[in-house]
Formats: sequence, structure tokens, C-alpha cells
Amino acid sequence: MIIMENFKMAMASLLSNKLRSILTMLGIIIGVGSVVAMISVGQGAQQSVTSRIGSLGSNLLYVNSGRANAAPGASQGARGAVSLITMKEYELLRQAKGEFIQEVVPEVGTQTTVQYGKQSTTTTITGTTADYSQLRNFKPAVGRFIDEQDVLEMSTVAVLGDTVAQDLFGDADPLGKKVRFGRENFTVVGVMEPKQSGPQDMGDQIFVPITTAQKRLTGSNNIKQIVISATSENAMDLAQAQVETILTRKLGSADKFTIRNQQDVINTVQGTTETMTMLLAGITGISLLVGGIGIMNIMLVSVTERTREIGIRKALGAKQNHILFQFLVESTTLSSVGGLIGVIAGIGISYLISRIGQWTTSVSLPAVLISFGFSTLVGVFFGLYPAKRAASLDPIEALRYE
Amino acid sequence: MDRLRGCKEVEALIELQGIHKIYRMGAEEVHALRDVNLQIGENEFIAIVGPSGSGKSTMMNILGCLDSPTRGSYSLAGEEVSQLRDDQLADVRNRRIGFIFQSFNLLPRLTALQNVELPMVYAGVPAAERRRWAERALEQVGLKQRAHHRPNEMSGGQRQRVAIARAMVNNPAIMLADEPTGNLDTKTGEEIMALFHRLHREGKTIILVTHESEIAQQARRIVTFRDGKIVDDRINEVAS
Repeated sequence: MIIMENFKMAMASLLSNKLRSILTMLGIIIGVGSVVAMISVGQGAQQSVTSRIGSLGSNLLYVNSGRANAAPGASQGARGAVSLITMKEYELLRQAKGEFIQEVVPEVGTQTTVQYGKQSTTTTITGTTADYSQLRNFKPAVGRFIDEQDVLEMSTVAVLGDTVAQDLFGDADPLGKKVRFGRENFTVVGVMEPKQSGPQDMGDQIFVPITTAQKRLTGSNNIKQIVISATSENAMDLAQAQVETILTRKLGSADKFTIRNQQDVINTVQGTTETMTMLLAGITGISLLVGGIGIMNIMLVSVTERTREIGIRKALGAKQNHILFQFLVESTTLSSVGGLIGVIAGIGISYLISRIGQWTTSVSLPAVLISFGFSTLVGVFFGLYPAKRAASLDPIEALRYE
Repeated sequence: MDRLRGCKEVEALIELQGIHKIYRMGAEEVHALRDVNLQIGENEFIAIVGPSGSGKSTMMNILGCLDSPTRGSYSLAGEEVSQLRDDQLADVRNRRIGFIFQSFNLLPRLTALQNVELPMVYAGVPAAERRRWAERALEQVGLKQRAHHRPNEMSGGQRQRVAIARAMVNNPAIMLADEPTGNLDTKTGEEIMALFHRLHREGKTIILVTHESEIAQQARRIVTFRDGKIVDDRINEVAS
């Protein structure tokens, strides 16, 4: 009952000082608002990246030479590393296709300038096999992809990514035309559909048969990356173990290659965005703390201003706890009302960001609840000292206070 | 409801024995009260007078349970209160003492009614009951129609009457008034004094602390303090 009385008194006192109350709450409002908005942006980013990576297929394994740090799938992956994986290892793995391993696709890549007439552009040449298209779920929009015949015959055919095709040909039809790179002319047999992989534009590359790439462009038998698909998601671990066994036996050490799967990539991305989210939460947590100090400051002022009131209340029979609760309820009301406004503002901001900025945002319920709860705790914590000070005032001194 | 009256007819309402109050100001000790003995019975109308520094304010603080004596015993309605802790003193103040101050000491943000309700809030009286008692108390001081006004919308006399309503609403044994007319003009002061006389006739015990002899002359008994001691304690023939 006394709590309700205290709450009424607190509200009355806050309403009687509207401007000051709002200014005091501002710290908490900004703190909570930015926690909610930031985390919803972070979560939205995480969700969209995860779903984009997931769309690449969740049953893929990436085999790279050495202990590469670059994320698999990045075109310039093992740059600088000495590639130990060659067509021999690819053949071994291909022979292991069966219960667990479904497809094995080698990739080599090099950066070069491509010419068509007077147009030229710099792009990545990816040498691969016919199975690439299906494995990566990346298909030609017109024409065809490289086929097995091309690989066997080391044909000088090229399939252009949509970005490259646009750069070189504009609106003209590239099929059957010859583009020039690596001192060779390549006949364009297809143009890929547009595709985005995470931040990377998959359309900014040209596909050629891997044999052609090795012979005419890289001049070595090395392979940058082998992509392997497991027969099912459940077979991932077994497929990975099998690949590991084969390559360790062949290369003599597990240190000479790296196997990563799609889940690792997703985990890495999630880890990164989680770190970002924690960082944002930390920064905004600090602003909540600052808001709390603001509340403490204003409560101390309020206790001093109302010394006489405290004296009167004590003379009329208020016990220490009555006074303590009165001020504690007041500071907590300040902070939790601020928190509530902050939550509403944060949701509003994340809505605006998604509308105007075209970002995916996702308001996280735990973030809302935690930041609101935290703001309430801030009020209790920072209100405690001023409230204690009020409660322990000597009634005679307080009554004498002008 | 009537928890104060009638239990100890024989004893005095207030009994002070050997009260000392010593303040420490740095290394120096200031004796505000020296061996004060005083008995006040039920339904007395008593004035405590004396020049400033005589100890009458300290006396009032101790009588009002705002402060504890350094030595000595204080029995209030049969209860020894000299050694109580802060919260216990707050409880005694709440139940047994009604304060009336020179500067009224109403809470400016609360209406007259809410001000009068305050002592009952701390006594834990339910809201509906509180309101009824507070309205009745305001009616008794003739301010029923001003119940929903705030102190700054009232005259000094009206404010002091609200304060008196607040002081009597918990039905305390003692009404302790500190210079109750000090901030009022003569005419309004007389009205307030008339209200005290009425409350006295209705059975209240009234203690006035004042330095105005005109006001003191209206009491039935006048106790004079000087240098922390009672130097005179007499029945006031004029008022009787």
C-alpha cells in the first residue's frame, strides 16, 4: 500500500518538474533507444548475411592449401600461399566419390585484363569443371556452362559473369564473340545469371575450363581450392573426415591443407556480427551508465531541495524506509519511464532505418527486455545513495533547513 | 481506535525526570538542558516560554520526540521514549504528537486534504478511511470547502488551520505548537488561539512554545526556561 502511495507521490513530483524530468530521462532514453536500434540493425545484418551464405548450399566443404586465413569462396583466397594441392589430389578425391562425397570441383583463379575490341576490364578468371555450375547453384542465363568436353580438350571457351558481360559488351549479345586475355582468344559460349555471395559479386569473373586455365594462364598444375559437396547435410562430418584422411595420407601432414565447411563460414560471420553487436551493446551500456549518473545527480539535487519536506514528513511519523522508498521509487520511475520511451524510440529508429536505409533490421525481444530491465536497475542503483541520504537526514536539521 | 486515553489515569501524560541535553561543538560541550523535571497531565494547556538560548527549543524537540535526551527519562503516556531508536521515535511521533509550526510546514505540492492525510499514510490507514478522517478534520477547523486547494492558494490563517487539522487527525495525546501565531497578523493569530482553546475544551493537551507573552498569557500554566533550567512554573490565574 505504501508502495502505491510512494508511486503516486513520485509521479506527482516528477510531473511537477516536467522539463527537468525529461532532461534527466534523456540519458536513459538515448541509451536504451540506441541499444534497441543498434542491436536490431546488427541482428538484421546477421540474418541477411547468414541467409545469403545459406543459399549457397549448406553441404559444401572447401579445401585450401596451407593454413589460409582468407574465407573460402573469396576469389583471391590463397594469395601468397604456396599451393600444394594439384590435379593429382583432385583426382584422388574424385575417385572417393560415393557414399559421403557427392561432387568434387576444383577451382583455380587469376586476376587479369580482358579485352573485347576497344573495351577492356580487369576481372578474375576462374578455371573449373562442368560440375561447378550445379554445385554452386550458379547457372548460365544464356548459352551454356563449360562442359566435360571443354575440359578434356582444353578448349578456349569462356563463360562470362553478368558484370563482366555488361562491362565488355554493354547491351550487345556476347555469344559467339571472341574475348582476349592471357594472349589467347576465347569464344564466349555463355553468360551467367546475376548472383551475389555475401559481399562478393559472383558476376565479376570469367569461367574457363580448368585445364585451359592451368596450361595457358597460371602455367602450373596447382589448384587454388577444391569444393566438395556431401551427399547430405548429415554426411558432412563423414565426408570431411574422408577428405582429411585422403589428403593427410597423400600430402603427409594435416597442416598442408585446410578444410572448411559452410557452417564454419556462417559461424565466422555470426561471430563477427556478434562481436559487433556486443561492442555496440557495450558502448550503449556505457551511455546508460552515464544516464544513471545523471539520475543520481538530479536525485541528489532533489534531496537537497526537499530537505524541509523530508523534515516535515519525518515529524509527521515517516520512518527511514518510507523516505528511502519515496526517493527510490522516484529515481526508478524516472529511469524506467525513460527506458520505456527509449524502447519505443529504438523500435521507431530501427523501423526508419529499414524503411529509408533499405537495411534489414530485426528488433530483438531479448534486447528490448534486457535494456529495459537494465534501465530500471540503473534507477535503483543510482537512486540508492541519494535515497539513503534523504532517509538518514536528522528531522530537526531538516526542519530548520531554508 | 482510542488507544491513548484511559489506560494510565494515575500517571501524568508526560513525565520528565533529570533530563540533560548536551551538544558537542568540537571540543566544547554545550549544556542545552540541565536536570529538567516536568510533569504534564491530561488536558492541560501549557505554555513554555523563555528567551532564545534558554533551552525551550531543545525542550520542544525532546517533548516532540524529534530528539533524545543525553540523560534522564521521558515517559510519554506510560511509555519510556528516551532511549528509542529513530524509527521507533517516528512511530511515537506519528501516534502521539501533533506538530504545529510557526511557518505552517505544509507540503506545497499537496492539496489541503492530502496534507491532512499524510500522518495517516505513515500510520498505514487505508485510503478511503484516510479521506473520510481528513475531511472531518478539515471540517472541524472550518476549511471543508478549501479541501482541494493547495497551500499557496490560501491565506496564512487558513494554512495554519490546515496544519492544525493535520496535527489532530491521528488523534494524538499532545498538540505541540511552536510559535503558532508568529507568522500571522494579530486578528488571525487570535482566531488560531481561539481554535486552540476550543481543542482544549474538547479534551486535547496543548503545549505552546512561544516567546510572546501575550500568547503565553492565554495558557493555564506557564513554564519559564532560562539557561537550560526551569526557573518558573506557575498556574496562570488570568486564563483560569
